[in-house]
Amino acid sequence: MKYLKFLIVGIFFGIVLVKSEAVSWYRIYEMFRFQSFHMYGIIFTAIITGALFLQISKKRKIKNLLGLDIFVPQKENGLIRYIVGGIIFGLGWALVGACPGPMYILVGTGVYSIIIVILAALVGTIIYGALKNKLPH
Amino acid sequence: MENILNPWPWYISGPLIAMVMIILVYFGKTFAMSSNLATMCSMMGTGKYIDFFKQDWKEKKWNLIVVTGAILGGFIAKHFLSNDSTINLSEKTIQELTGMGFVDIGKTLVPNEIFGFEAYTSPGGIILLIIGGLLIGFGTRYAGGCTSGHAITGLSSFQKPSLIAVIGFFIGGLIMTNLILPYIF
Repeated sequence: MKYLKFLIVGIFFGIVLVKSEAVSWYRIYEMFRFQSFHMYGIIFTAIITGALFLQISKKRKIKNLLGLDIFVPQKENGLIRYIVGGIIFGLGWALVGACPGPMYILVGTGVYSIIIVILAALVGTIIYGALKNKLPH
Repeated sequence: MENILNPWPWYISGPLIAMVMIILVYFGKTFAMSSNLATMCSMMGTGKYIDFFKQDWKEKKWNLIVVTGAILGGFIAKHFLSNDSTINLSEKTIQELTGMGFVDIGKTLVPNEIFGFEAYTSPGGIILLIIGGLLIGFGTRYAGGCTSGHAITGLSSFQKPSLIAVIGFFIGGLIMTNLILPYIF
């Protein structure tokens, strides 16, 4: 029962990403060719809505469900890991047209070949874990 | 009902995606999809060999439940909340993809030329999917997040590392779509 609310959030997430077409390879292609505003509109309005909520909850000292201040994890400072890691992810995102959320959602829509991408992404994650200490961050 | 069955416009979709982050933050968690990959690696016992995966994956179980929900959500959206409308892509995009040999553009969520049976059972096709997955898994962990953690959560909380990462996402995406894809198709 403790987990039911997370299942519901996940279902909502899956529905929104399919209905917005953000899970579509075509939309990602179009975005990186600057041929449509659709994906930019989604990303910008998501950021603006999120920023408004975080600012308001800070000012009004809104508490979360656990009774604590609203909290967003802070990323550690760095440059190389963000730019290089970002570029590597961007290459993959544009190639298969899916980021780690849509990967799973597409399985639900019946695109079973995406499971190959998920398995390869697990291997990619393991490779990072194994090389982590040798990489500049 | 018609409005629900048709594709949703960006100005509805964007705020709804933000709602996912807002609800998870309200629950005291965070919107971070790529970290599930690391959690699954820990679950499979890779922590025995690689320190990075030595974590108590049970603490991240909630996020795997979100993933389970997302799969269900994809199923529900596809089977109960969609009509057979074509993705409303720009004329230019359709023209270009036609020139690259794509057919039935936008009739399905993803192109058969990449995800269809003939594509993924061909050596080149399966290699494309594997390379894509490797880049996504390695890149997101190196960058410490993906579209959900950096682009949505990080940017809406004004974090500089996330801005750098998102710039990286776009450099990589632009290189792939504009410089590499034309050679693949």
